[in-house]
Amino acid sequence: MSVTLDSISLNQQVQITAIPASAISPKLTEMGLTKGQKITAIFKAPFGDPIAYEINGNVISMRKEEAMHVEVQVA
Amino acid sequence: MKIALLGNPNTGKSSIFNMLTGLRQQVGNFPGVTVEKKQGDIKTKTGIHQLIDFPGTYSIFARALDEQIVEDVLLNIQHTDYPDAIIYVADAANLERNLLFFTQLYDSGFPIVLVLNMWDRAQQKGLKIDTELLQKQFPLANIVRATARVSIGKSRIIQAIDTLQKGKNTPFFDFNLDELQTDHAQTENTNARLEKLRQLGIVQDLQIKAPNRSNRLDQILTHRIYGYLIFSAVLLIIFQFIFSFASIPMDFIDSQFVQLSSWIANLLPEGVLSKLISQGLIPGIGGVLVFVPQIAILFFFISLLEESGYLSRVVFIMDRLMRPFGLNGKSVVPLLSSVACAIPGIMSARTISDWKERLITILVAPFMSCSARIPVYTLLISLVIPKTYIAGVLNLQGIVLFGLYLLGIVFALATAVILKLLIKSGKPGFHVMELPDYKTPRLYNVGLTVYEKVKIFIFDAGKIIVAISILLWALASYGPNSRENNLSKLRQKANYTAANQAQQQELESSLLLSQSYIGHFGKWMEPVIKPLGYDWKIGIALLSSFAAREVFVGSLATIYSVGNDTDNNKRLVQKLKDEKYEDGSSVYSLATGGSLLIFYVFAMQCMATLAVVKRETNSWKWPLIQLAFMGIIAYLSAFIVYQLLS
Repeated sequence: MSVTLDSISLNQQVQITAIPASAISPKLTEMGLTKGQKITAIFKAPFGDPIAYEINGNVISMRKEEAMHVEVQVA
Repeated sequence: MKIALLGNPNTGKSSIFNMLTGLRQQVGNFPGVTVEKKQGDIKTKTGIHQLIDFPGTYSIFARALDEQIVEDVLLNIQHTDYPDAIIYVADAANLERNLLFFTQLYDSGFPIVLVLNMWDRAQQKGLKIDTELLQKQFPLANIVRATARVSIGKSRIIQAIDTLQKGKNTPFFDFNLDELQTDHAQTENTNARLEKLRQLGIVQDLQIKAPNRSNRLDQILTHRIYGYLIFSAVLLIIFQFIFSFASIPMDFIDSQFVQLSSWIANLLPEGVLSKLISQGLIPGIGGVLVFVPQIAILFFFISLLEESGYLSRVVFIMDRLMRPFGLNGKSVVPLLSSVACAIPGIMSARTISDWKERLITILVAPFMSCSARIPVYTLLISLVIPKTYIAGVLNLQGIVLFGLYLLGIVFALATAVILKLLIKSGKPGFHVMELPDYKTPRLYNVGLTVYEKVKIFIFDAGKIIVAISILLWALASYGPNSRENNLSKLRQKANYTAANQAQQQELESSLLLSQSYIGHFGKWMEPVIKPLGYDWKIGIALLSSFAAREVFVGSLATIYSVGNDTDNNKRLVQKLKDEKYEDGSSVYSLATGGSLLIFYVFAMQCMATLAVVKRETNSWKWPLIQLAFMGIIAYLSAFIVYQLLS
């Protein structure tokens, strides 16, 4: 089942399946979000947005509207 | 040789820059844009090279303003800052992603030094990096290791610069920029590039991970209750320093300049030159330097927080709250700092990489009630607001003061919303950011930041402030010839001859100011300010307080000849209370006082702020727009308040 990155629950590791081309897709890719990478939501800001993710030992923060551009599947 | 310093954000790039150039650095802007450009010299065996620090970016494809400059310079061989070589700083602890931008530069054919920085952290994380393999893959790059935070690697980098190899390299990956114009093509190329980098197996994770300290701290620092509590406490400490402790060096600077100007006045023969220097120039310079303690203190704390990694957590927890106003979490520090003083606040807006959001932050920041408004508020409140208690406990004067602060904040945010709709921006903002590991701040880097910010303020904004203050001084100290006649007439009047020497002095100052050019201008514009409930005397005080808001109090004291001394506030309040129009009604009625209070909440009565906005936006366009819209809001709301209350 394919979901987007903004909707995964905390501490759940998922795998990126696709980042469809959009205005922000080149940026997401160059920050290391590429197909096949494992990513985990590790904590959320108050009000649930933005969300901090761990990818490759790195912590990055993303607004929900941005995380929506990343398609993932539960590993 | 011209060398560009490039790399991702949070790779310790500025530590490398500081390590290589030390104090030999200049800060300015890249031509035509307001992106900070730091430049410094590196001495090597082959000569002195110029090192230019570029903003941290993740790739050559630009999105935000500071990324655009990287793309513009690197793709344009005609650009004045086009480099002969590159020093590329990579975070060794996160190497694969960091190598992406490096491969793009390598493929573009630049001679390049690859610095594997934060080597110690890579080791702590249990990462094994195969540098030989890396070298084999990029034969023309000079690869060195460094840990710039503890100044390791300087000599290796300098040596690498001298042995840079030029020549045609075999591209790492297909890189035809003409074909990489669309989002889709860029995404695909980046994706494939990263994939190839990972396939190489340069980094091996030995799985002896150090305990994840960041994560546990983050649970507290970004907590929905503790997170805000801790941030409030941090702010409280910073404000304590800016408000209370900064006043010690500020008063010292003030008094030194007063002494200096009387010393010069005694030293030089009496005349225009002596007056110009002792009353115009020296107080003007003093008026610049007096801001230095606040700027230094604020940037000391900001760069401490930034170096430690905490600032990005603040941005993280404040982001959602600021979003409805067209701002992001990074606007919080500039706006809150403006409660102390808009000048360091506006200067700190540089951290906002999105140009539109930065501009909005700069434009609305002066609405926040700064400390220079306090003397004006205090005087006017004690003048027109009765000292009564509401519900037995709430002091009405206190409530009004609180209301004025609140009004400033509300208008700052409301204006931000409107500006968000009015100002066009090319590309949508991008808010994905790294939350770097927590680190112990390096005082050397903090100190350099403070030094640079102070230098920028004194030399860039300072010139404008000195020029305007000399102009204002001249307008207030000189007047048409009739002034001298009127002065002689005053000296013959009964109330003058009967007065003691101090009172005579006060009467003379009052006459000289009200008949100066500024005085005449105040009278001339009385019809304009009449609907706000002001007479020409208030007009003069308004005009002269364009230098700085607190000057309003001093000007009124001079006009009403009670001596320009803050201890005389009580005398001034009494004098103002007794001031009547010919028909017997009070000049300083509730309506006029209220109207003035509102005027000072909104009006851009601060030339130093304008000078800083000019510096930070690189044109006179934005400070003038700001002056205009703040003036219009101030005028209209003061008008409404006066009409409602009278």
